[in-house]
Amino acid sequence: MNSVWTLFTEFLKIGFLSIGGGYAIIPLIQEQVVEKAGWISEKMFTDIITISQMTPGPLAVNTSTFVGLQIGGLPGALAATVGCTLCGIVISLVLYKFFQTHQSSVYVLEVLNGLKSASLGLIISAAFTILLLALYGADSQGLDGRDFNRTALLIFLAMLFILRKWKINPVLVMAASGIAGLVCYL
Amino acid sequence: MKQGIRFYGWLFGVNLFISAFTFGGGYVVVPMVRRYFVAKKTYFTEEDLINMAAVAQSTPGAIAVNLSALAGYRVAGLWGALASCLGAVIPPLVILTAVSSFYKVFVTNMVLAAVLKGMEAGVAALMVDLIVDMCVLILKQRSLFLSVMIPLSWIANFLLGIHVVVILVVCCVLCILQVVIKRGKA
Repeated sequence: MNSVWTLFTEFLKIGFLSIGGGYAIIPLIQEQVVEKAGWISEKMFTDIITISQMTPGPLAVNTSTFVGLQIGGLPGALAATVGCTLCGIVISLVLYKFFQTHQSSVYVLEVLNGLKSASLGLIISAAFTILLLALYGADSQGLDGRDFNRTALLIFLAMLFILRKWKINPVLVMAASGIAGLVCYL
Repeated sequence: MKQGIRFYGWLFGVNLFISAFTFGGGYVVVPMVRRYFVAKKTYFTEEDLINMAAVAQSTPGAIAVNLSALAGYRVAGLWGALASCLGAVIPPLVILTAVSSFYKVFVTNMVLAAVLKGMEAGVAALMVDLIVDMCVLILKQRSLFLSVMIPLSWIANFLLGIHVVVILVVCCVLCILQVVIKRGKA
């Protein structure tokens, strides 16, 4: 029971500190889970990241589930997952409510407008990261000398064209590009 | 705002579905939410969606889960947020629990690797499609300040590697300064 509680508080802390999401929080989780708590090895952490990329769901949730399972079984997984998502959900709701009730204030309105632009910039960053990953592969330290993946570019352009033209369901895009990957890469 | 068991059931189900198809990081949830909440059901507008995405990103935790919570809250209050969060967290929890017992086999599977490689390109296309629409919305406001903020935040994050928290704080300060200066002139 004790370890379940520790898992909950530790992941509450990770959840609270992980602003920005996605790949930005990998070093943070690594520091807390591998180096400080020593719950899992470096190798296992790398495997979790690989699995996270292969399965749906946020990296933080995936890691907390995985680590929780290793340390405290299913109750551990639940405790870690709830811990890591709780802060974000509560703070998001409070902030959103704050913006809604203070819409008449020029300051609040301008800050929200600014955050919209800034976060769009961050989404563009994430898109670049994923596009580079798709075109040049996972281990592209420098871009020169790596194989440029023409198939990936073709899938990307085809999907983008279909999306812009017909606004089809994102799930269909995922399925179609998955099938394209199966046909082209295997 | 209609509420009732069926509506909460729909919220839970749609988030379960969205979460189960969110390969490649939390940002893919934004086009998914757009598809189901904005395009299909018109529960809120594209403008609302950008507000929510900005809040979900400016707060700690997984962006996907935060955004689900906000969308649920927007259409059905706190219980809606709860139903959405449950739906968003269950798929990664179940999948990771299943995968963790045989993850060595999973990581080295060739078929899966090919499908996922294809999906990377699909995710990139989904994000670019979303970014184009969001940029148009922000540029429409005809504010030089807000338009310039997009590339600035991208450069700061992607090229200079500045931490997300720093970018968001600087953005807030700039917004407030901007209002103060405008008021001083008027």
